[in-house]
Amino acid sequence: MTLRSVPAEERGERPDRLYELPPIDTRDLMAQRSRWQHLWGLPAVRKALILVGLVLLWEGAARYQGNPLMLPGASATVRALWDGLFAGPLLARIGVSLSVLIKGYALGSLLALGLTTLAVSTRIGRDLLTTLTSMFSPLPAIALLPLALLWFGLGEASLIFVLIHSVLWAMAVNIHAGFQGVSETLRMAGRNYGLRGLRYVALILIPAALPSLLAGLRIGWAFAWRTLIAAELVFGASSGGGGLGWYIFQNRNELYTDKVFAGLVVVIVIGLLVENLIFDTFERLTVRRWGMVRGQ
Amino acid sequence: MATLDAFKKPDTLKTPDALAPRPAAEAPQQTPSPPEQPRLAVDNVSLEYRTARHVVKAAQQVSFNVQEGDRFVLLGPSGCGKSTLLKAVAGFLAPVEGEIRLDGRSIHAPGPDRIVVFQEFDQLPPWKTVKQNVMFPLLASRTLARDAAETRALETLEKVGLSGFADAYPHTLSGGMKQRVAIARGLAMQPRILLMDEPFAALDALTRRKMQEELLALWDDVHFTLLFVTHSIEEAQVIGNRILLLSPHPGRVRAELGCEEDTLNNHGSEATRARTQRIHQLLFEHQAKADDAVTREARS
Repeated sequence: MTLRSVPAEERGERPDRLYELPPIDTRDLMAQRSRWQHLWGLPAVRKALILVGLVLLWEGAARYQGNPLMLPGASATVRALWDGLFAGPLLARIGVSLSVLIKGYALGSLLALGLTTLAVSTRIGRDLLTTLTSMFSPLPAIALLPLALLWFGLGEASLIFVLIHSVLWAMAVNIHAGFQGVSETLRMAGRNYGLRGLRYVALILIPAALPSLLAGLRIGWAFAWRTLIAAELVFGASSGGGGLGWYIFQNRNELYTDKVFAGLVVVIVIGLLVENLIFDTFERLTVRRWGMVRGQ
Repeated sequence: MATLDAFKKPDTLKTPDALAPRPAAEAPQQTPSPPEQPRLAVDNVSLEYRTARHVVKAAQQVSFNVQEGDRFVLLGPSGCGKSTLLKAVAGFLAPVEGEIRLDGRSIHAPGPDRIVVFQEFDQLPPWKTVKQNVMFPLLASRTLARDAAETRALETLEKVGLSGFADAYPHTLSGGMKQRVAIARGLAMQPRILLMDEPFAALDALTRRKMQEELLALWDDVHFTLLFVTHSIEEAQVIGNRILLLSPHPGRVRAELGCEEDTLNNHGSEATRARTQRIHQLLFEHQAKADDAVTREARS
């Protein structure tokens, strides 16, 4: 211990101090950031820059390699994409894929919500959910495809079946984790207002668990998209012309590699659009505004 | 739903005569309880809570009555079951023995006639603005329609001085402001009794003092019935007009004292300090005795 107390008389004379504070112009307390700093602060700008870098890298690699059959460049792909969209069947293929996707995704989400609602209201429901998810979530959706074909035949129903399977379990796990993470105080406040049953779930649990719910929806979306393209590749055309996966498969068989790339670009672009426009906007309007997740 | 009907009555009847005993009251506190019947009766109540392995007795045969317009404080050290007792009054926990009655009716479940103000700031749903938060219980319990609920929410927010923040989200508010919203939300419901579970314990000392003053000013204005839990002797004396002293492990009633004279203004007065001393003694002495018993037991 090196602390020692100095006797009061040795600390010197210190009179009380009192200041009159003049008012301060509050505008001086906030300075404008420079334009570049502001631009760099926008996530869209940073992401666009990354995309541009990747495209340049791709084009460079293609030119260096010089074999459009193996690796067509960005420019060749854009040309194929343009032709496909405005002269070819690409738009129709996208339409087919998206319509199947949205059906499967919506059904899977609703089922996940129903199952988790059951799981938070009863003990047996919770056991049911955990058992089912641990059984089925390791099972790849593609592995179910032969069975789906047997049961539902060669058509949309089989695709929707595997889509539901791919969305449901991942989403249920996330939503359930979200429900369980709702604070005890908030739960008690809700019950205090006299909320019970479904109204309690809808007015308290779902909004309170929205960050996890959104994470579940994002994961479900990625899983669904992935499963659908894979299933279409394996499965080929359903009644009246297949979807995007079928487009990619067909063009690979005919060695139109630029069209294969165009198909892949469409998959990527749709993924990016949904992620950055729909989910990010929804997140900004809800959980970010409410301060439930931190801003960027 | 008898409770809800009783709740709605004053709005539909609009009888100012019923308010005659309290001319100062702006927002009416519904039907007054007859004097012989307490607003809240806790009758020989024992409480237990369960952990994975144990059943812990939190309160043993506690009895007290809260009259209409009381600011009734439950005071005791941690582990005396005061918060558990409040949760039982709120209906989150059923007594294993005895009965809790509100206006003579036994309490079985949580309900909007007993709004709780918790200590934790996350009691306000973050997805609702300040105004929506105050409206939420009114709408959820179907007490008022949307327009009426909005009017009442704005009135109550004005009372707690938060009119300018009606459209702010809770995460943008300070701790003190959040608690004011929570109190406004409780008052807007005009509950039969307002329950507060150490509402100012998570605030800094300066804010806490300010909130105590504001709560008392609100009470002067509205004359609500209050059940308040705290572990601070000073807060109990300032807030309460009656204090129930609870001993720890398990919570048992040690004393019930009146302390109407102890206010923020005469805090240094002789009588107030003497009462602080007495309360301290009552709580401390009991603990000392228990410690003695333990040591004696250990020796033998």
